[in-house]
Amino acid sequence: MDLYEYQARDLFGAHGVPVLPGRVVTTSEQARAAAAELGGRVVVKAQVKTGGRGKAGGVQLADTPQETQRRAAAILGMDIKGHTVHSVLVTPACDIAQEYYLSFVLDRTRRAFLAMASVQGGMEIEEVAATAPEALAKVPVDPVVGVDARKAAEIVHTAGFPAEVAEAVADAALRLWDVFVAEDATLVEVNPLIRDTQGAIIALDGKVTLDDNAGFRHPDHAELADSVGQDPLEAMAKARNLNYVKLDGQVGIIGNGAGLVMSTLDVVAYAGRAHGGMKPANFLDIGGGANAQVMADGLDIIFGDPDVRSVFVNVFGGITACDQVATGIVQALDLLGRDTSRGEAAGKPLVVRLDGNNVAEGRRILAQAAHPLITMVDTMDAAADKAAELAALTCAKGA
Amino acid sequence: MAIFLTKDSKIIVQGMTGSEGRKHTQRMLDAGSQVVGGVTPGKAGQTVDFNGAALPVFGSVAGSMAATGADVSVVFVPPRFAKAAVGEAIDAGIGLVVVITEGIPVHDTVGFCAQASNPARTRVVGPNCPGVISPGSSNAGIIPADITGPGRIGLVSKSGTLTYQMMFELRDIGFSTCVGIGGDPVIGTTHIDALQAFEEDPDTAAVVMIGEIGGDAEERAADYIKANITKPVVGYIAGFTAPEGKTMGHAGAIVSGSAGTAEAKKDALEAAGVAVGKTPSDTAKLMRKIIKSLA
Repeated sequence: MDLYEYQARDLFGAHGVPVLPGRVVTTSEQARAAAAELGGRVVVKAQVKTGGRGKAGGVQLADTPQETQRRAAAILGMDIKGHTVHSVLVTPACDIAQEYYLSFVLDRTRRAFLAMASVQGGMEIEEVAATAPEALAKVPVDPVVGVDARKAAEIVHTAGFPAEVAEAVADAALRLWDVFVAEDATLVEVNPLIRDTQGAIIALDGKVTLDDNAGFRHPDHAELADSVGQDPLEAMAKARNLNYVKLDGQVGIIGNGAGLVMSTLDVVAYAGRAHGGMKPANFLDIGGGANAQVMADGLDIIFGDPDVRSVFVNVFGGITACDQVATGIVQALDLLGRDTSRGEAAGKPLVVRLDGNNVAEGRRILAQAAHPLITMVDTMDAAADKAAELAALTCAKGA
Repeated sequence: MAIFLTKDSKIIVQGMTGSEGRKHTQRMLDAGSQVVGGVTPGKAGQTVDFNGAALPVFGSVAGSMAATGADVSVVFVPPRFAKAAVGEAIDAGIGLVVVITEGIPVHDTVGFCAQASNPARTRVVGPNCPGVISPGSSNAGIIPADITGPGRIGLVSKSGTLTYQMMFELRDIGFSTCVGIGGDPVIGTTHIDALQAFEEDPDTAAVVMIGEIGGDAEERAADYIKANITKPVVGYIAGFTAPEGKTMGHAGAIVSGSAGTAEAKKDALEAAGVAVGKTPSDTAKLMRKIIKSLA
């Protein structure tokens, strides 16, 4: 889970990383009140989970509460790289003498952690890494030892921080490491970490990614999850504990196992080239136990997507038996078909490919059901082709 | 022979008294694996009945090894207890730990991987993986044993169901060993570790390698193949249509910016001389051709 800047700032503050005071608000009137409360010059910052806010006009200075209100009104509702701004952070403006960079990340390749630091902060770190790689220090962190005073000093030294800030930056690094470990983060980034004209070190902007798998030891992380701006179908799937990602195609996909479903999307996109460019409409993994209820939940979500023109159910029965899957599909269509409030939604053609454990019985059940919406195809490639063909046909009829 | 797991492997199941542990212990036994007991702290001295055979439950991995000579552990314990369970197995000096559990925090995985490799003492497979099977000899995990029998193909894959699919496509040829390495961002055994073992295994003639979006394991495997592997390798990569920044089911399956794309992985493998299939069945066809040419 990626956090908003203000959420990152809260976590930093809770672990003693120096941050500025500030208020998160969702209306321009609230922004004005926040500016009046903070006093003096403020910065109004769009809260979106993407970079390049500054260039897009999402970060603006304001001298008075009235101006703050105007600036906030301009920023709220703004679209930044496809992200709508629903809230802004109002913080005191500060006089920046120097901008630095500091982060800890998970290093997948080395199965360890990595500290990164630079005295050239401010711009996107990918840009620093690409244009001036020598300016970005990368210091491996032994996961058993972690970051102690000695490691913090090594990070500061390797990045070449000036002597007058070395101690304060090392201290910030220790506290940032505490955020990384104590909060189960896979990324904590401060950019920029600044020295102000008074000589103080402050984390002016932050990015944090939390490990969703660690939720069981951080019940407080649940309230950081984003309810605004989430795709409604994705929200519905999440509520039913299904692994669903909305895409922009026309062929709905249900399968078992993340790898097989990813592969199914690819095979459909590949087959779709011969059928007017039909593409997968979603990723949906129903996992190992594909019983009738799970299948019904999955189909319900996919039928609820108005872009979906046909559905491809691709199941390899490993542990699950195909007869259970087949029964699940038939029952799911019955369940959804009886729900008359759905109108035509339940009438989308289904291409089913079953293989593996007890496949003969599974195919027999589907054949016997002879449901008008179901087409059985024996191989994954041919089934993908059929699903793309049906989607193209329905698109043509609808047009 | 085979890699990592043979008919002589003696397996204990950590979490055997739980419902998943019990179900899959039965399946492993049915496949002919030598499962010699289970470990559940607090339940030492109990036994669990599997179709008339009573398997002992031990309180610790070390105790189970002393009593049975076990050299492989399969872990089914829930995520919150996984770090302690795997750590205990490593401390006891077991040779192989197969971690089936899905949903382990990555800081925990980094911790036990570091513990296992420094100094190098235990091979960790997974977490979030279907396990290891040497068809006809032994099965440590949840891979269905009845898809195919022993043969000359080695398989290493991040994905469970794609492993099953590929075993099914090539069921008439058979496999020496299939290794499901798991879909988490950090895993113990990598494509490279399995490729190296298959290269050294006289019973493996060719290798299928299945990858997916996220990280750079496939790119590094491509470099390794170019420099070190003489046996033919065919590849398959899933996730060409995955959008940037979205986790596709597996915690590790995410394209971040321009990093971790399927396209980059395919290109790296092809540059290393690996034929990459467009679909799973196309990949199976490529392997079939290779096996025919070797005959």
